[in-house]
Amino acid sequence: MNRAHLARLVGTYGVLIALVALILFGWLRYENFLSPFNVTTVVRYNSMFALVALGMCFVIMTGGIDLSVGSTAALGSVAAALSSHFGIIPGIAAGIGVGVLVGAINGLLVTRANIMPFVATLCTLLAASGSALLLSGQTSVPVSSTSGFISIGTGALWIVPIPTAVALIAYALGSLVLNYTATGRTVLAIGGNEDASRLMGLPVARVIFLVYLTSGALAGLAGVLLAALGYAGQPTEGVGWELFAIAAVVVGGTLLTGGSGSVITTLAGVLLLGILFNVLNFENGEGWITLSAAWQSVVRGLFLLAVILLQASLTRSPQKKKV
Amino acid sequence: MTVNAPGRRLDSFDVLEFLARYGTLIALGLLIVFNIVFTRNFATLQTLNVNLTQVCTIVIVATGMTLVIATGGIDLSVGSIMAISGALAPLIFLSPVFGDNIALGVAIAMVAAISAATLCGLFNGWLVAQFRIQPIVATLVLFIAGRGIAQAMTNSNLQVFRVPEFQWIGLGRPFGLPVQVLLMVTLVVVTAWLLRRSRFGRSVLATGGNERAAELAGIAVKRTKLAVYAISGFCAGIAGLVVIAINSASDANLVGLGMELDAIAAVAVGGTLLVGGRATIMGTLTGALTIQLVRYTLLANGVPDAAAMIVKAAIIAVAVWLQQQRRV
Repeated sequence: MNRAHLARLVGTYGVLIALVALILFGWLRYENFLSPFNVTTVVRYNSMFALVALGMCFVIMTGGIDLSVGSTAALGSVAAALSSHFGIIPGIAAGIGVGVLVGAINGLLVTRANIMPFVATLCTLLAASGSALLLSGQTSVPVSSTSGFISIGTGALWIVPIPTAVALIAYALGSLVLNYTATGRTVLAIGGNEDASRLMGLPVARVIFLVYLTSGALAGLAGVLLAALGYAGQPTEGVGWELFAIAAVVVGGTLLTGGSGSVITTLAGVLLLGILFNVLNFENGEGWITLSAAWQSVVRGLFLLAVILLQASLTRSPQKKKV
Repeated sequence: MTVNAPGRRLDSFDVLEFLARYGTLIALGLLIVFNIVFTRNFATLQTLNVNLTQVCTIVIVATGMTLVIATGGIDLSVGSIMAISGALAPLIFLSPVFGDNIALGVAIAMVAAISAATLCGLFNGWLVAQFRIQPIVATLVLFIAGRGIAQAMTNSNLQVFRVPEFQWIGLGRPFGLPVQVLLMVTLVVVTAWLLRRSRFGRSVLATGGNERAAELAGIAVKRTKLAVYAISGFCAGIAGLVVIAINSASDANLVGLGMELDAIAAVAVGGTLLVGGRATIMGTLTGALTIQLVRYTLLANGVPDAAAMIVKAAIIAVAVWLQQQRRV
C-alpha cells in the first residue's frame, strides 16, 4: 500500500475509527456514558457547533476560510431573541436572516472586492460582534417565554432533540449537494485550482458567494439554537467558535488547502472533539485525575497537533519528492 | 494577490494608487486635525500618554506579526503567548525563593517569561518550516492550548502583586516618557532596520515573495521562517509583561485576549501585503496609531465602543482593498 493511498484511508476512516474507539472507551469505563441523558445532552449541545462546522467545511473546500461564524452566531442569537416575542417563525427567520446578511457581505468582499477571505471575514467578525452588542445593549436578551420559542432547544422529535435533528438534516442536505450536484463539484474544483475552474467556464464567483452565504446562514441558525438553548440572546458568546469549527474540519480530514473534503467526516470531527470533552468530564467525575477546564483546552490543542502532524506526514512527504 | 487594471492609464495621476500609498498617513493626519478642533483637551500630554500607553502593546506584537506576515505566514497564537509570559513571570518573582533579593527574582522572571514566549514562537516556526503546515493551523494549536497552559500554571487564579522593580516596565517614566513607549520605539526602529537593511530582512521578503524561487536562490527559507515566528513569540512575551505590569495583576483568562486580531488589523491597515513579499514596520506603527486614534475619537465624542468596532472593521476592509489597487 503506497503512502498516498494510506493517506486517503486515514483521512476518510481515521476519524471514524477514532470516534468509535473513544465511544467504546467511554462505554466500558463509565457507567452512565451511554445513558439517554448523557447522549442527548452531548448531541443537543454540539449541534450548534456541527452547523457552524458544516458551513466552514464548504468554505474551506473552496480554499477559503470564514472567521466570522462565531460572532455571526452571537448576532443571530440576539436577533432571534428580540424577534421571538413575535412568535417562533419570526424568531427563526431573524436569526437566519442576519446570518445571511453577514454571509452576503463576506461573499461580496471576497468575490467583488477581491479581499482575502481571511481578512474579509475578520472584518465581519468585528462588525457582527459590534452589531450584536449594539442591538442587545451589551447584555443578554431574554427570549419570549410565551411564544414557545424555547421548545426549539428543549423539544424532541420522538427521541431526537430538535437541535440534533436540525443538524442531521443540514448534514444530509450538505452531503447531497457536495456529492450529487454541479454546485458541489464546482466547490471542489475551485478549491483544487481556482484559475483552471474559471478557464473551464465554471461559475466561480457565484459559487464562492453562495458558499459564504451558506456559512453565514448556518451560523445564524446556530445562533437561533444558542438563544433557544440558553433562553437568551448572548452577544458575547461565540468567541472562538470559528477556531473550534476549523479544528473540527481539520480533524475530519478535510485539507485546508481546499479541493477535497467530506461532509460526513466533518460531523465525525465535531463529535470527536465534543465527546473528548465529555470523556474528560467523566474522568474528572471518577476522581482519579482532576482536569480543569484549562487542561481540557491543552488536551484539545495537543489533539489538534497530533492530527495535523499525522496529516502532514502522510500527505506532504510524497509531494516533496515529486517537486 | 495581483489585480489587473486593464483600463487604467499609466501616465495619468492615479487617485487610487495615491490613496493606497498615503491613505493611512492622510487619515492619521486628518484624525489629529479633527481632534485638535473638536475634541476637548486633545492637545495635551496626558491624552498623548493615554493613547500611546494603550497602543504600545499592540504595536509591540504587531511588529513581530509584520515579519511573520512578510514571509506569507500568520500568527494566531500571540494572545495566548502573552498569557503564558504574563502568567509565568509573577509565579517566579512572587515565589518565596527570592524573599530578600527581589531584583534577582524580577530579572530571572523576565528572562524566563520572554524565553518561554520565544520557545513558543520557535514551536510555531518548527511546525510551519519543518512540516509545511499552513501557518493558520499551526498557530491555532498554541492559540487553543497556550491559554490553557497559562491558566493551568496559575490554576486560573488572579495573581495580584505590587513589585515596583518589575512594574517599572509598565509604569516607569524615565525622561518623562513611559518605559513601554521607549521599548516600543526601540523595537520598531531595530525591526525596521532589520527588514530594510539586513540580509535577514531580504530573506524574509524573498521568502514571502516567492518561496520556491528564494529557496533556489540559496536563501535559508526554513531558518528564516523559524526566526520570524520566534521573533513574534519574543515580542508577544514582552507585550505580556508590559500588560501585567500596567495592571499590577495577571489574569491568564484575559491577558492578550483578542490581540491577534488587533495586531493583524494594524499590519493590514499599515500597508503590509498580507500574502507576503512586501512589508513596512513604519506602516504597521501608523496603522496601529490610526486604529487607536479612530477608537479614541469615537469614544471621546460619545460613540459607544460597539459602534467603534464596526467602524474599525470598515477601515480594515477599505485599507486592504486600497492596498490591492496598488500597481507595486
